[in-house]
Amino acid sequence: MLLAAILGVLAAGVVWLFAAKIWWFPPGIDAHAAAYDEQFLRTIILCGVIFFLAQAALAIVLVRFRQRGNQGRAQYSHGDRRLEFLWTVSTAIVFLGLALAGTKLWARVHFDEAPADALPIEVTAKQFAWSFRYAGPDGKFGRTALRFINDAAGNPVGLDDADPASRDDIVSATLRVPVNRPVKLILRSRDVIHSFFVRELRLKQDLVPGMDIPLHFQAERTGTFEVPCSELCGLGHSQMRTTMQVMTQREFDAWLAAREAQKR
Amino acid sequence: MTLRRRIFSTDHRTIGKQYYFLGLFSVLLGVALSLVMRYHVVRPKALGGAISPELYLSLMTMHGTLMVFFVLTVVPQSAFGNYFLPLQIGAREMAFPRLNMFSFWTTAASLAVLLSAFFVEGGAPISGWTAYPPLSAVGRIAGPGEGLGQTLWIVSIGIFCVASVMGSINFVATIADLRCKGMTLMRMPLPCWSWLITALLSLLAFAVLLGAAVLLLLDRSAGTSFFLPAGLYFNDTSIPGRAGGSPLLWQHLFWFFGHPEVYIAIIPGMGIVSHVLSAFSRKPVFGYRAMVYAMIAIAFLGFVVWGHHMFMSGMSPYSAVAFSLLTLAIGVPSAIKTFNWIGTMWGGRLRFTTAMLFAIGFVSVFVTGGLSGIVLGQPALDLYFHDTAFVVAHFHMIMGVAATFGIFAGTFFWFPRMFGRTLNERLGKLHFYLTFAGVYALFIPMHLLGLAGTPRRYPDFTSVDFLGALMPLHRFITHAAYTVAAAQLIFVANLFWSLKKGPRAALNPWEATTLEWTDAAHPVVHHGPYEYSSPGAPADFTMQTDAPNIRSEA
Repeated sequence: MLLAAILGVLAAGVVWLFAAKIWWFPPGIDAHAAAYDEQFLRTIILCGVIFFLAQAALAIVLVRFRQRGNQGRAQYSHGDRRLEFLWTVSTAIVFLGLALAGTKLWARVHFDEAPADALPIEVTAKQFAWSFRYAGPDGKFGRTALRFINDAAGNPVGLDDADPASRDDIVSATLRVPVNRPVKLILRSRDVIHSFFVRELRLKQDLVPGMDIPLHFQAERTGTFEVPCSELCGLGHSQMRTTMQVMTQREFDAWLAAREAQKR
Repeated sequence: MTLRRRIFSTDHRTIGKQYYFLGLFSVLLGVALSLVMRYHVVRPKALGGAISPELYLSLMTMHGTLMVFFVLTVVPQSAFGNYFLPLQIGAREMAFPRLNMFSFWTTAASLAVLLSAFFVEGGAPISGWTAYPPLSAVGRIAGPGEGLGQTLWIVSIGIFCVASVMGSINFVATIADLRCKGMTLMRMPLPCWSWLITALLSLLAFAVLLGAAVLLLLDRSAGTSFFLPAGLYFNDTSIPGRAGGSPLLWQHLFWFFGHPEVYIAIIPGMGIVSHVLSAFSRKPVFGYRAMVYAMIAIAFLGFVVWGHHMFMSGMSPYSAVAFSLLTLAIGVPSAIKTFNWIGTMWGGRLRFTTAMLFAIGFVSVFVTGGLSGIVLGQPALDLYFHDTAFVVAHFHMIMGVAATFGIFAGTFFWFPRMFGRTLNERLGKLHFYLTFAGVYALFIPMHLLGLAGTPRRYPDFTSVDFLGALMPLHRFITHAAYTVAAAQLIFVANLFWSLKKGPRAALNPWEATTLEWTDAAHPVVHHGPYEYSSPGAPADFTMQTDAPNIRSEA
């Protein structure tokens, strides 16, 4: 039976494609990523087993019960309630168990508040660029207003220079964070919905106009990681890319100081 | 009078065929658009850059809209349902024939309005079939296609909603009132159950989408702020006079429609597949009642899981947990259906007609497409996979391919009844094997793109370094897409050739049991719908209209 053979090859091939890990996540850079990979592995193994068993069962049925010459009638049966009950209860336990296992991971990202000493960074998205605002030495984000927005003059968030707290605010087109220190992003959008995504952090969050959405993490490895916009935002969507650079605390301080000096 | 008979016909069979060919036109156009997109992805600089990002996004928007509304909603429910619901329950017509005619022509008008968006200034909208505001709500300033093109899109969707609501009322009324003598609910063939459940879904879902479309139109043209907050600033311009609206409100309304819509597309396929598997296994459907209850459960749960499209949207993260548990709960009735389909074949005498092959293929892709939902239904895992190619692969497999296989199974099975001729089986099988292998080759690697982090709705992959490395996978997918599309030409050729030249079919060519295979004017039903291989019966199939003294269970 051709179809049964195709199903067999297919089932084995698909399982191999996922097991070979040729196309896979990049290595994670924090504890959340490690926990994420664990939950994903749990899920994908379970799905893989169910996938393989279902396709194999289909293939077996096709071979075993194909019509062959004159062998009399099919079995007459309208079903089996005990079997129905068995597979209903077992799938319910497996699927709901899996969902509950993943809940802890979600809770750590979204139910837990960022630690009090987290570095706050305000992220503003617009068609088709990112801005990251740091509060500067005074630790306070200064006043902003729409009328001060001037992209050409390097003021994409509309800093009000009349406010002393604004004067030391640093606005960067790339995200820089110190390693091993909790970071709290405050996500905003100026125009349409965008989405912040760092593969290595296993984190994604939309930026919605009219909302301030918090997101916290703590990167544990230095390096430069790409941030591609992940919610359709217009014709430049695929070009809306920036980077997140995880630096040592010393490098980070030096970078901030250099930006401050530039500003003055 | 030809006009009345052929164009503005109130005959359910004519209307069913009209819907079928409207769907066929839409699917061919939709596939053509996707081929242009796949071509562009692997050769972004070709044709002197004729395919701009905005054109790509327009094609993507129109591809999605055509497929979801004018193919997957129209064919399984409106085409097959209109044609076969009255036949299967022994009614002579739909309950409201004139309303039925209006539903079809309203749908056709909706399609015309949609397609006109291609030809207006700025072109078709670029905001995707989900049309999230503010992108879709502020006009030209948000991008090309967001002017008149987007307005036409919304108007088209609004008209489509009206058509669907009219159609659903007709389905529900027909089943409630026009079943023939002896046709109890639990003796209805499973497609009838699936059409009833789908009609109830679309009645509620499209009513909400209609409301949402009106609000979006008001935001665009009447200066309201249902979906727009204060402080919007596009390019160098502030958008004054708007305040208090929420972009998330649209997402809630849209997905309250959008998730049930997935089931509107696939539940009729489930009914058709059960019907076809039973006929060609020569066995009763395994667990008929469980199949009915599972469909009802899927439909009900379908209304309380819309939030799983919004895990990353900024809505309350606490609600995500509830949406997640309810979503994974859908796995349970889905698993019941899968087990029961295999159970139906178990111990049967399988006849591998093309219709049967597509029904088996449906079960295979339903499992494959459903399982990736177990990944996406967990908000924690969605933190990575949301809006990646993994999602695109998932819904194409479950909503696109599975539902389409249901349509093919229905087409090969019912063609003799619809057109009095039989489709060519040899071409049909060639078409099936190429399509079946092709869709796996097309969509399985797409999951891997998602696993590597590819965001969806990207016209090109040149600006992000890690995406450039995935081009070999993209090239493979594009070639698979060409193959699948080419295979569909075999089907189209088979369809039109067989319409004219196919061998004449007998009244009941598959030796099936249900009423669409009789021509009794006033049928009386004495048996359940799937009395195959009943011991003691003279033939291995007992028709529902056969005399009651023939031994059977129901």
